Amino acid sequence: MSTYDLVVIGAGPAGLAAAVTAADAGCRVAVLDAGPRPGGQYWRHRSGADAHSHTDWAVFAGLRARFDQLHHHPDAALWFVESRPDDVGPQFAVHTHSTVVYGRRLVIATGAHDRVVPFPGWDLPGVVTAGGAQALLKGQGVVFARRVVVGGTGPFLLPVATGLADAGATVVGVYEANDPVRYARHVGAVLGAASKSTEAGRYGWRMLRRRVPYRRRTAVVAAHGDEQLTGVTVAAISPLGSVVPGSERHVGCDGLAVGFGFTPQVEVAVALGCETFMDRDGSLVVRIGPDQATSVPGVYAAGEVTGVGGAKLALVEGHLAGDAIARSLGRAEPLRAGERSRLLRIRRRLRRFAAALHAVHPVPAFWPDLCDDQTLVCRCEEVSAGAVRQAVRELSAGDARGTKLLTRAGMGWCQGRTCGYATACLTAREAGRPVSSVDLQGHASRTLMQPITLADLAGDD
Amino acid sequence: MDAPGVVVIDAGADVVVIGAGMTGAACAYYAARAGLTVTVVDRAGVASGTTGAGEGNILLSDKSPGPELSLALHSVALWRELGETVGDAQIELERKGGLVVAASATEHDTLAAFADRQRAAGVEAHAVASHELPGYEPHLSPHLVGAVHYPQDMQVQPMLAAAHLLRAARATVLTGTCVVGLLRDGTGGIRAVRTDHGLLPTSRVVNAAGVWAGRVAALAGVELPILPRRGFVLVTQPLPELVRHKVYAAGYVANVERSTAGLEISPVVEGTRAGTILIGSSREHVGFDPAMSLPALRGLAAAAIRLFPILAGVSAIRAYRGFRPYSPDHLPIIGADKNVPGLYHATGHEGAGIGLAPATGHAIAALLTDRRPHVDLRPFAPERHHVHL
Repeated sequence: MSTYDLVVIGAGPAGLAAAVTAADAGCRVAVLDAGPRPGGQYWRHRSGADAHSHTDWAVFAGLRARFDQLHHHPDAALWFVESRPDDVGPQFAVHTHSTVVYGRRLVIATGAHDRVVPFPGWDLPGVVTAGGAQALLKGQGVVFARRVVVGGTGPFLLPVATGLADAGATVVGVYEANDPVRYARHVGAVLGAASKSTEAGRYGWRMLRRRVPYRRRTAVVAAHGDEQLTGVTVAAISPLGSVVPGSERHVGCDGLAVGFGFTPQVEVAVALGCETFMDRDGSLVVRIGPDQATSVPGVYAAGEVTGVGGAKLALVEGHLAGDAIARSLGRAEPLRAGERSRLLRIRRRLRRFAAALHAVHPVPAFWPDLCDDQTLVCRCEEVSAGAVRQAVRELSAGDARGTKLLTRAGMGWCQGRTCGYATACLTAREAGRPVSSVDLQGHASRTLMQPITLADLAGDD
Repeated sequence: MDAPGVVVIDAGADVVVIGAGMTGAACAYYAARAGLTVTVVDRAGVASGTTGAGEGNILLSDKSPGPELSLALHSVALWRELGETVGDAQIELERKGGLVVAASATEHDTLAAFADRQRAAGVEAHAVASHELPGYEPHLSPHLVGAVHYPQDMQVQPMLAAAHLLRAARATVLTGTCVVGLLRDGTGGIRAVRTDHGLLPTSRVVNAAGVWAGRVAALAGVELPILPRRGFVLVTQPLPELVRHKVYAAGYVANVERSTAGLEISPVVEGTRAGTILIGSSREHVGFDPAMSLPALRGLAAAAIRLFPILAGVSAIRAYRGFRPYSPDHLPIIGADKNVPGLYHATGHEGAGIGLAPATGHAIAALLTDRRPHVDLRPFAPERHHVHL
């Protein structure tokens, strides 16, 4: 068994930047990633793919060239992480289905997945998450439907819509539940991230060219169809954030890509006991210090797990983490002091921009009202919104862990990755209080991070 | 700083139960049936402690003749009644029976002798020869030498059971409410419970705080030696029925009654209504260390495969941990506190709390209403451990 200086979990922008920075300073680094190729969700690509349709591909190409000096473990779904400190200091054992990798430092750069918000019909075939549609397109070149509606909230809807339109789908409409005009209230933050604003402008131009209608303050409130999606109901949203009665209309489509932001994958941090808190966007995130260190010695976090903020912020955080780790191990300093303070300034600016984004694109407050008692919340265990509400009302479930124990919501195959957020919100709403980090923590703990056969688990015992 | 403590948040129940786990819920239920009004407080949520981390065992099979078996026999009768009152389906009560299997001739002899003694004490126990085993459990390992079938063993979904008993009790349930003091009157008797949300006036308190019962007792100046014993349970993917009974190895009984500090694994395998298979049980005396232990999970998986080879290819999808409350002599603590009038203890059931809860609640309700308990409580008396501070 050999022990690496650093094990990085995740090969997206944050993980790659951390790994490369630490390796440049002479650290022995291993990178574990669930995907077949480095790049994460952001730079997801097919084998041999080039810059087509990818943002910042040159940055990726630069990182990948330096990445080749590292020990990369692709297709490595990790199922358990152990802390095993010894006389030398912290040590971690990361278990994947094929191997165990040991490291003195750990970077959690596990990114985020789509935040799922249920509504009537969301579980019909033909309804996918915005990220799911994007992954199919980038990873396999597959357009998931012919006539597509894109709905939800956030700037991510734009690249998804243009990507689908460019690949040949008819995008019937993009429905943004919030009002991007409100960016005007965050002028400082937006101008501070000028490249982000031009990026949005570019997508706007591509949508115009493809004649994709874009409606703000409009939401998909139901999906229809028996076996397969045949259409959706869209409705206007008032400036106060509620559905305008009588504004509903039917839009025919065979595909709906819906996005309500992202949920960071914090289970590795939770398993190791790292401190977490609820971010402005309502996500549970890992608390970090100035050098990306978590509350647990030896464990660092970078990218979406510290707060959803996009790939550029993830890159900066990754570089800072790699730098801090190399220094903590007494290696050559990868970043000059001037460079470090420049990155810290950029990190501050991008965080401000992310905060503005979260303020303009909150998950719409009306969604629990859309869910009647029959609407499914947890697909794995077939738990309805009504069952969750009843657990609170009649069985005294006080928080999301309570509704989980009493209804099984979040206990199935996906272990609450899909329904955790929704269950937490519905529980809090029924209990008549705002959702708290305690609710979110009730669905964030996954001791076994992936299913594992009992034979593999038993191992040599 | 005392501001929240002086706010009276309750009209004053006849009894305040501390702990909304299975034991607290059963105490609330039987106290309410005896005509008392009940408020239940829990620092977290309903069934959020040991109850939410267990398997829902209602076992006679693992009990030697003695005071705990008497309590268990009464409890089994009460569970049957509760199933009829609340509805078996509501609480997923399954009268499935237990099957204790022996892997060697020696183990088999010990098991047979144990079963004889249990039979004499009123337990139904039937010897099962190795060739009859497939009729009980088609997927059991062919290497087992025999078993004893215990038809009275049952299983319940403990979280649902606790929640439904609290509901049936019409108790006021205050979750997220931490007890920070027990107030006494001039004669030393209980006057109120102080919580972080305010005061609950009452003259009677039931300490059903499980592994935290020692801390509650300390609020009244009483030492109650309750210690945590860590255990893990593995949960598989949902499957069509593979395991019909509660199946466990004869070694389990020996482990339950032991108190060594190291990791002990004795497999308990059972299916649930949801289709998952639960695999217990590990026991470690490591205090409140919340870490998940990979050696324990590995041991559980290996032990389960030895019983049911078919499980080798089945996936575990999650694991959970709990702390079972135990006392130095491994018997529960049930009864009135001799030093604090109005304080009653109901804790220390270790891994048997779900099974023993109804009889415990029934006995506490009798004490609260000055009736004679159905079971002789002397072996469970709190003062057998008392050291006055």
